Amino acid sequence: MAEKTFAGKTVEVTAEGYLVNKSDWSKEVAAEMAKEDGIELTDKHYEVLGYLREQEAAGASLTIRKVGKSGIVDIKGLYQLFPGGPLKLSSKYAGIAKPASCV
Amino acid sequence: MTDVKETPLKKVMIIVAKANIEDVYAGLIMANGAVMEGIEAKLFFTFFGLDAITKNQMNKLHTATVGNPGMRMPNGWSFPTLLGAIPGVEAGVSSMMKKQMDELDVPPVDEFLDMITAGGGEIYACKMAADMFKLTKDDLCEHVKAIITVGDLYAMSGGDGTQIIFT
Repeated sequence: MAEKTFAGKTVEVTAEGYLVNKSDWSKEVAAEMAKEDGIELTDKHYEVLGYLREQEAAGASLTIRKVGKSGIVDIKGLYQLFPGGPLKLSSKYAGIAKPASCV
Repeated sequence: MTDVKETPLKKVMIIVAKANIEDVYAGLIMANGAVMEGIEAKLFFTFFGLDAITKNQMNKLHTATVGNPGMRMPNGWSFPTLLGAIPGVEAGVSSMMKKQMDELDVPPVDEFLDMITAGGGEIYACKMAADMFKLTKDDLCEHVKAIITVGDLYAMSGGDGTQIIFT
């Protein structure tokens, strides 16, 4: 485990940069995590993050297909929001675990 | 000790030559998984694999119940080949496979191709196989970018960190 400081708060992260404790998450933490990857979070990004957090809390396993059907963004839009990692990056900024699904 | 320098995978060329559900999905899952990781993916369908991108066939793929040693009954017993030969059995088994995949959020073929192309993946058909089966671009689904030769495929395979995968 490593430690990182986001928005003035020291948090524990995995080797791949995912938050260890979901309770450490805040919008500011998400914004700084994304900034490290060169992504500026917009309202649309936060809508996706909110959806992922809700679904994860409800125990759902997450796939890009599910996000594409959420009504928030289609799959093409999801790729545009999170280039190179539609589900991996969005899960990271949402403060949830790395996705364990193959789709 | 020698220094091992890892070169990250940047591009995969995936060749699908068979029409069984499992052969087609192996290619689709690998291609979709690649684009989701930010890896460029190009799918090349040839021979019976063309069924997966032919409008009239793509959502009617079957899994073989005859001559398939991996087939088992739901309770784990082996599946007798003669039983697999009874009319309707293959269709029943195939629809069960699709149902189980749907439960894992694995979409039907056309929707899967939507997902892959939405992520920037590209779909190609093999010219020789298309000629052989008398298929033109109009017979193929709208995801197909072009009908190309094997030479074209190799020409697209350049660059460091490219792998060609034959499923």
